[in-house]
Amino acid sequence: MAVLLELQECRLTYPNETKNAADKLALAIDHLTIRKGDRIALLGRSGAGKSTLLRHIREQLADRASWCPQQASLVPQLKAFHNIFSGGLERHSGFVNLRNLLLPSPRFRAEIGELADRLGIADLLWTKAGELSGGQQQRVAIARALFQQKSVLLADEPVSALDRLQGHKVLELLASRHSTSVIALHNAQLALKVCNRVIGLKDRKILFDCPADQLDTEVIERLYQ
Amino acid sequence: MTHFLSQTRSLRRLTFYFAAIALVCLAFADIDIGTRSPGHELWLMVKGLVTPRIDDPRQWLDAVAYSLTFSLQGVMLAAGFGFVFSVFYHLAWVHILAACLRSVHEVFWALIFIQVFGISTLAGVLAIALPFAGTLAKVYGEQLEEIDSTAARALHPDGRAGVSHFFYTRLPQALHAMRNYTAYRMECAIRSSVVLGFIGLPTLGFHLETALRTGDYSAASALLLTLLALVYSLRFWFRAKLLWLLVPAAFLAKPITAQWNTANLAQFLRDCVPAPLREDWSLQKTQSWLLWLGEQIASGVWNTALLAQIVLVLTGVFALLGSTLNSSHFVGGWTRRAGDGLLLVLRSLPEYLLNFVGLIVLGPSMLPAIVAMTLHNGAIIGHLLGRHSDELEPAVIPSGPLGRFAYYYVPTLYQRFLAYCFYRWEIIIRETAMLGVLGIPTLGFYIDSAFEFLRFDVALILIGVSAGMTLSADAISRRLRHRFLETGQPSAFETQIRLSPSAAQTP
Repeated sequence: MAVLLELQECRLTYPNETKNAADKLALAIDHLTIRKGDRIALLGRSGAGKSTLLRHIREQLADRASWCPQQASLVPQLKAFHNIFSGGLERHSGFVNLRNLLLPSPRFRAEIGELADRLGIADLLWTKAGELSGGQQQRVAIARALFQQKSVLLADEPVSALDRLQGHKVLELLASRHSTSVIALHNAQLALKVCNRVIGLKDRKILFDCPADQLDTEVIERLYQ
Repeated sequence: MTHFLSQTRSLRRLTFYFAAIALVCLAFADIDIGTRSPGHELWLMVKGLVTPRIDDPRQWLDAVAYSLTFSLQGVMLAAGFGFVFSVFYHLAWVHILAACLRSVHEVFWALIFIQVFGISTLAGVLAIALPFAGTLAKVYGEQLEEIDSTAARALHPDGRAGVSHFFYTRLPQALHAMRNYTAYRMECAIRSSVVLGFIGLPTLGFHLETALRTGDYSAASALLLTLLALVYSLRFWFRAKLLWLLVPAAFLAKPITAQWNTANLAQFLRDCVPAPLREDWSLQKTQSWLLWLGEQIASGVWNTALLAQIVLVLTGVFALLGSTLNSSHFVGGWTRRAGDGLLLVLRSLPEYLLNFVGLIVLGPSMLPAIVAMTLHNGAIIGHLLGRHSDELEPAVIPSGPLGRFAYYYVPTLYQRFLAYCFYRWEIIIRETAMLGVLGIPTLGFYIDSAFEFLRFDVALILIGVSAGMTLSADAISRRLRHRFLETGQPSAFETQIRLSPSAAQTP
């Protein structure tokens, strides 16, 4: 399968809070290849470097990946519809975008309505994002990521505020709409159901990287010890 | 224990120096009462105030229409330009342009534009639109900077924003604050349009000046109450939905016209070139011209600085005391409404008008200007400070009002109080320079007489000097705020000002 991204001898850091001190190490990667068709779950305790790795992949892929951040990061004053539409701003001309802000066009209503139906937020489209609950905001953010319509998905805990059943359905939807996905998750069972490859991060490095069907629970438990 | 004078970064020391400078200034200031019986004149005014009378309803209506259209057209143009500037506010030249536009007072802009366009709507609208565009650019710019950028970064790793991204991820977050501030600016614009009447434009101020000059205080009272009613009514009709109707209506009712004349403009531009260059004077004559100009600048700057420092400190004192009228720590219920009402009425009266009235009562000296600016600016800060004090917990140790004021209220609010005063400093300098138009020898006095003698070159140089004073007050204030005040103080003082006091009190 075609290689999408290859990382070698990669040391990811974040700035140190004390001035003039060296940057702190967040994650060291010897070798990591992401191929087209991969559905990768990133597992690990919080602070293991999942978000750092995702951010780095996002920088490398630039405009090729849609992005679903951990906090919904919506514009609270804007209706859910417009927040979702903002994922597709780059596909349309500035004129179309501004017109749709004032007078939502039937075409986009239909497109976004279909997405919202699948996510169970169809009746929330005309509510301001700031007035939605955490789980609702998260689904709006997922719809926004889907509306970016890129071939690669990068998502950071996209279903953390949803219940298990909903989370499963939404993850399946996300994965089915992208040819390649990298998703940070805290629920290992969900990861095994939806993804075909699992990367475990521990102590600032990759502990294991293997197909989902070859993974046993013992290995996963080591991650969280 | 160290004495506060030897402490660094002590707010007490800072206050002490400001108060000491103001005291020294007071010793040099001319604050005599020039009229023989100020009480009598005041009594006549009060009598007039309670017996308002409109002699000529058509004339009155026309003046109201002009005041409203000037301010509405001015604010809308200013909001348009200010908005465009604010988007590019991070660029240095936009920053500087906005600072220069707002450092020149509306009255000075009007004096210039009246020379170019005659007594016309264009002159009035431009005089309001230009300085307001500068202020709005700054405030909108700061409001846009303060928004949360995570939404923008969710769409783009570096938060890079095209026009569409700006409208979808940034503008919606700032829009509410921007609308609020524009409404407050409309209140300012109504005040400004009235002041422009005093220098000849056909607004309420024009008739107000005539009435005050002739001692017809009943007619003046009607006009004054009209002004207050206009300002108060804003909260009911200055709304986005109505503006779609009102703005086109304003442009249709009083279309922007000018007595435009190319020869006139060319002559004006020629006259703006300094006389020695324009007329190729001899060195000796140039030297005496320069000396004469230098004397005016020195005297104008000295008096402006003198007066502004006194006013700054008195404004602070009045604001601290006055803020208790609008603070839940001291008053409640109807007393508070009445107290806040008083502050809001004082805020609604332009300092120019207060100064004009003060001159009639107290006679020509710096005293009327001091009183006028202290009341107007002190009321603005006092209202804000009182409202802010509602956010504080009640004092833990119960004590009488005086003890509470000295040991709890002032110490907890002092940082914010100083921040407000420093923000207002620049505006006080601008106003002090302008009030010279009424006869006190600040820069405005020399600017006004230069216009009177058609010495436009001198007028422009002096306006430049006054703009420079405003800009330097702004720079010093920024440094002092940076050095003495904790971060987390309101970054945009103006953003705190709102039109409707009730909006802030409802949770």
